[in-house]
Amino acid sequence: MLPESIEKNMSSETLITGKKAENAIKESLFLFTLYICVTIAILTLMTLIYDVLSTGTTRLTSDYEVGLITKIQIDNPIDFLTTLDSRYPDRAGIGPAFAGTVWLMIIVITVTFPFGTGAAIYLQEFAPKNKITRFIELNLTNLAGVPSVIYGLLGLAVFVRLAGFGRSVLSGGLTLTLLILPVVIVASREALKAVPDTIRQGALALGATKFQAVFRQVVPSAIPGMVTGMVLGLSRAIGETAPLIFMGALTYVNYFPDTPLSGFTAIPIQVYNWIGYPQAEWKETASAGIILLLGLLLIMNSLAIFIRNRYEKDL
Amino acid sequence: MDNVNNLRDQLTKTITRPIEKIVKFFITASAFAAILISISIIFTLLTEAINFFQDPAVTFKGYFTATRWTPTFQNPEYGVIVLISSTLYIAVIACLISFPLGLFSAIYLSEFATKRTRKVIKPVLEVLAGVPTVVFGYFALNWITPNIIQRFIPGTGVFNALSAGIAVGIMIIPTVASISDDALNAVPNSLRNGSLALGATRRITSLKIMFPAALSGIIASFILGFSRAIGETMIVTIAGGQYPELNLDPRSAMYTITSSIVNVSLGDTPHGTTAYNALFALGITLFIMTFILNIGSDYVARKYRKEYE
Repeated sequence: MLPESIEKNMSSETLITGKKAENAIKESLFLFTLYICVTIAILTLMTLIYDVLSTGTTRLTSDYEVGLITKIQIDNPIDFLTTLDSRYPDRAGIGPAFAGTVWLMIIVITVTFPFGTGAAIYLQEFAPKNKITRFIELNLTNLAGVPSVIYGLLGLAVFVRLAGFGRSVLSGGLTLTLLILPVVIVASREALKAVPDTIRQGALALGATKFQAVFRQVVPSAIPGMVTGMVLGLSRAIGETAPLIFMGALTYVNYFPDTPLSGFTAIPIQVYNWIGYPQAEWKETASAGIILLLGLLLIMNSLAIFIRNRYEKDL
Repeated sequence: MDNVNNLRDQLTKTITRPIEKIVKFFITASAFAAILISISIIFTLLTEAINFFQDPAVTFKGYFTATRWTPTFQNPEYGVIVLISSTLYIAVIACLISFPLGLFSAIYLSEFATKRTRKVIKPVLEVLAGVPTVVFGYFALNWITPNIIQRFIPGTGVFNALSAGIAVGIMIIPTVASISDDALNAVPNSLRNGSLALGATRRITSLKIMFPAALSGIIASFILGFSRAIGETMIVTIAGGQYPELNLDPRSAMYTITSSIVNVSLGDTPHGTTAYNALFALGITLFIMTFILNIGSDYVARKYRKEYE
């Protein structure tokens, strides 16, 4: 049944004839408005990418001349990736930050994968349908909406102070884990949900226990979907800046972290740092950092899409 | 089916290996970790915030009535109203950008776009959603401010609320668009077909049939977008500046809750100082605001699901 208001609207607007020409104009105007809106969204993204690329590549390709001396030029992206930060924008590399991000990724993967998939398997396959399960699900939805700075405060209180890890790469990694755990759990549940019920029933009919059916049949066929969710969660984690500020990542760190308890900086933090300097040359260095960050995200998202596509064919 | 399961479980109980028990315990514990995380967020924020209010320099009344936020000054004032008003102000600018753009993009995608166009535009929106906020902050400061704001409104400062608000708005377009798109797609096709069959044009079908039918989902997407705008940190920290007094001029710098959390934490804040505790007082203020909005969004969305299922 149509609601009454809709019926009223239809009778007054659409059934009156003789307004065809006017309607046609209104129709094209409306479609034009929609086009404009979609185009603005797409154009903004393109402008952003173009601006970053055109500013950043200057930093990655040209040399700088100051007076008579041509400074040591870093026109090789590999140099930018491996050198230390510097007081001079043309010499500043992103090495320590890149290493910090790699450390963070390793910690996030090691902790998130078992906990995230474990929670998803429990909720999807084993959890009884009762109030407690419903409460866990409600918690997950709410956690996904908590602003990332709050996770930073939580990490500061729990990992930095309470657990005594200090302002280290371990605290940073664990904080990011908390941040993406809800996302990963939801994605892994979707992957498990997508496994056809016939696989479960087939295994059970052949005499497998529920445990065997889940861990030998259902989980293996859901692994690609779970990995996709993990990669997407990870790509959110490496772009995060705010929570890491509380882990001391913004203090001047110009060395490669060597243990999980070392101080660290990360790519987005380093970029934030460079944005803060007023000189124009730093803008180019910051853009070069952003190119690296966006490049990493692009690689990870392509990986996720690649795994997802393969997976869809197999089932 | 349940009976059969129970029977088999009883029969096979004898061969349950210890490893199964360990694994089952582990995955159950992982799921309950979600509750643990929520509790520890509320607990840590609350305890430190209570410490904040026990400081003689801070009063509960002052927190909500003072009109300056200057925790690091000689005579510190803690007027959170300054921060809340700036936060809401920038969030409203963001909504003015993202609501129409997001909603119209969603209407285009679900009602007008062909399958092929959809396949192009959806990933573009996903990419936009995946751009790190620090990049949007850079874009706001180095592109939107000089090329748009300062060109059309001369005399605007380098840090201004308008530029930050626009960038936050662009950031939440994908959130609004994708949830509204889902809401429009969830409306039964019979409504759309019925309207078209009665001779309504596609514009009228979209605006007068589909829009009202999907309204609760669309409102849910707006509330969630607003909540994300309030919690957004890096864009407002980079492009919004810090102006610690009440002010409603979009051309001037503003000081949001999130950017003052970042700036206070950048200063010297050893454990136990008032500045350290202030972080958590701000944290719980922000948490409560976004929590209410998220619950509201969830409630509206749930209500709408019932209508059609």
